[in-house]
Amino acid sequence: MGKWFKSGTPWIWMTGGAVSLSLIAVIGLILLIGWRGLSFFWPATVYEFSIENQQAEKSVLIGEIYDTEHVLKQQLIDGGVTGLEDEADSLDRFLLKIGNREYVDLDFQWILETYIKDKKVAHDIVVFERTKNGNFYGYLEALKEGEQTLPLTKDQLIDELHVRLDRALEFRDKEHDLLTGDIGRINNDLANIRLEQRKVELDGELTEAKIAEFKAQSDALRAEYLGLENELFGYRDQAKRDTVVVKDMTGRSVSMPLSYILDFYQPNDMSFLQKIGHWLHQVYKFVHDDPREANTEGGVFPAIFGTVFMVMLMAVIVTPFGVVAAIYLHEYAGKNSITKFIRIAVINLSGVPSIVYGVFGLGFFVYILGGSIDQLLYPEALPSPTFGSPGVLWAALTLAILTLPVVIVSTEEGLSRIPSTLREGSLALGATKSETLWRIVIPMASPAIMTGLILAVARAAGEVAPLMLVGVVKIAPTLPVDGNFPYLHLERKFMHLGFHIYDVGFQSPNVEAARPLVYATSFLLVTVIIGLNLAAIAIRNNLREKYRALEH
Amino acid sequence: MIDLSNLNAKTNDLNTLTPENTALEIKNLDLFYGDKQALHNVSMKIPKGKVTAFIGPSGCGKSTLLRCINRMNDLVEICRVDGNIELQGINIYDKSVDVASLRRRIGMVFQRPNPFPKSIYENVVYGLRLQGINDRRTLDEACETSLRGAALWNEVKDRLHDNAFGLSGGQQQRLVIARAIAIGPEVLLLDEPTSALDPISTLTVEELITELKKKFTVVIVTHNMQQAARVSDQTAFMYMGKLIEYSDTNTLFTSPKQKQTEDYITGRYG
Repeated sequence: MGKWFKSGTPWIWMTGGAVSLSLIAVIGLILLIGWRGLSFFWPATVYEFSIENQQAEKSVLIGEIYDTEHVLKQQLIDGGVTGLEDEADSLDRFLLKIGNREYVDLDFQWILETYIKDKKVAHDIVVFERTKNGNFYGYLEALKEGEQTLPLTKDQLIDELHVRLDRALEFRDKEHDLLTGDIGRINNDLANIRLEQRKVELDGELTEAKIAEFKAQSDALRAEYLGLENELFGYRDQAKRDTVVVKDMTGRSVSMPLSYILDFYQPNDMSFLQKIGHWLHQVYKFVHDDPREANTEGGVFPAIFGTVFMVMLMAVIVTPFGVVAAIYLHEYAGKNSITKFIRIAVINLSGVPSIVYGVFGLGFFVYILGGSIDQLLYPEALPSPTFGSPGVLWAALTLAILTLPVVIVSTEEGLSRIPSTLREGSLALGATKSETLWRIVIPMASPAIMTGLILAVARAAGEVAPLMLVGVVKIAPTLPVDGNFPYLHLERKFMHLGFHIYDVGFQSPNVEAARPLVYATSFLLVTVIIGLNLAAIAIRNNLREKYRALEH
Repeated sequence: MIDLSNLNAKTNDLNTLTPENTALEIKNLDLFYGDKQALHNVSMKIPKGKVTAFIGPSGCGKSTLLRCINRMNDLVEICRVDGNIELQGINIYDKSVDVASLRRRIGMVFQRPNPFPKSIYENVVYGLRLQGINDRRTLDEACETSLRGAALWNEVKDRLHDNAFGLSGGQQQRLVIARAIAIGPEVLLLDEPTSALDPISTLTVEELITELKKKFTVVIVTHNMQQAARVSDQTAFMYMGKLIEYSDTNTLFTSPKQKQTEDYITGRYG
């Protein structure tokens, strides 16, 4: 036994165990959120349940089984449920997603297994995804064009619905393009003209002629706008032309204009391959679409875009600052106690709670810096702020300060690893110190700089608390990048995956509907961070390969 | 101290060198690392177009003296130098001297090969690029001339744009020499240039040194007395920061004037 201890084997087992534990934790976490998030997009079987509750009221429910839990009989009896005397000690309780939100009190219902008298996989059930009120479950009854019911058989009905839904979606796309394209441009131009006029007025150069000129410009735009508006209404009417009639679980016929329907499918009639296709399509929509219904439906594209954009902006800001600071500390600052003190202070900065950075960012960047920028550069827009309110630039700057210590520390480490013989070699050829830095030292330290950047990106992408103060919002109407001059709108607020998780998970009116989205969004956030890191690591390895002088 | 007055008149009288034949003159050089004195009142004249070797036991100050000549010791913060080193009559420690341009005139090769993490070509033309020369043809020519001068051209001419780390140690050292001669210095300082090399590479570099003295004044620090005897024209023996004896290599090795020198070269200590 003593020999076994001396051999170091227990030590190896202990260290190996620690590594495996961390690995299991990481992989387990990713698998959990990945599984729970991604299975949400799978077209679940829709059942038709015949229910008879304890008051002997009978009803029919159509929906997916969303969750199952075990409950103890005693617990239920204590809770006032009667008629359970003959049951086993514990029972199953199902959470059903029944959709049809505008027609039922609760679109998620807990049903005890004893109440379910019959459960069948009903064929021909159609699931509609709608722009409002979530999913709708029911049987297809008829298709109307205007007031006219189309004479179609049951089989033709589905095919015809596909055709007509595609047509309606086409008009919705046109409407969307018009809104974000030309109409967006006109609104932007109108706002610019108003600002221009205000600017001239502030300069005291507003003459009658100029007023007339501005008025003519905006009138022309308004006229154009009215034309586009007519076009827009035309598209909307076209999209609304057809209506689908669906029989819901209570037997009522519900008419829905196709303009409210995004997609429909028959999960019980799909083959496995069709389900995979549907799943891929749903995942694509989640990544690609804008959110709907207070973020509980639809996709998260603006949040992905906002996260990646903000992190990249942060990287662009923090790298030069961190590298320059590290170079000064390592190369130029005297090796004395003040330098040591500064270095300790820098390292300790990374221990400051991130919300403190958020408060600092709000106070200094947004109010002081942004406020001054508004006073100096955008006086015509006041009192409504341009840069004087939270925005993506301030968020990136705040996170840049937050991650600055990481970049400084790893750059300094990289600088100190460069052999002095190389510096001397360069100096001996008549290079000055700064030439040596630029041509030899910094390129050779670039892998270390990239390491710092990787750590900074990992930290920044996962940070939420400070962002809530300096730029993140629940729903941003526009992305920070668009087709209107100057294309890059750094003053705009943005959406962020981390905040999206918090918002959907804890601020949502419909908790059950939001839960899988929390998993899916978490998984996506982790994927985005891993993706950003892998990209940075690839660049670093490339640089290392290039400058592998130090290894031998 | 230094007693060179009774040197044989037939050998190069190092004390009576004419200014035209003197590459460097070191006058009363003292050097301190903090409170510790590393060089004591060193004075010597280094003749032009010859190979001068510094020998002596470890820590005797020979590398320190060499590094004074192109002011590499400036990099050491606690280092202080008193006295003069004159390059063509101008004191290199004068305030008006630009260190970078001084180092262009006095090249240096270090103990371990230190090529930059660039291609062979870029290594050789590094010094020229520093001077703002970017004309492709000038650089190509300089690269070829220097590599030929360093006896490396034939081995690398087909892979000039490969990374310099792909070369062997001996090739790297010759590359570093090529890099140093590319900027056309007057003096070339070699700080134990073969100590990290195998015997065959050492031989190649030694042959190269003999070639180099046709164009440059070479000062070499070496640990190896046979090497000093083989390559140098005159040799300086240093001990404990002092220049003990400095004379024509033959004389120093065959009839040393000082007892310490004799003890060292006969292997009694060091």
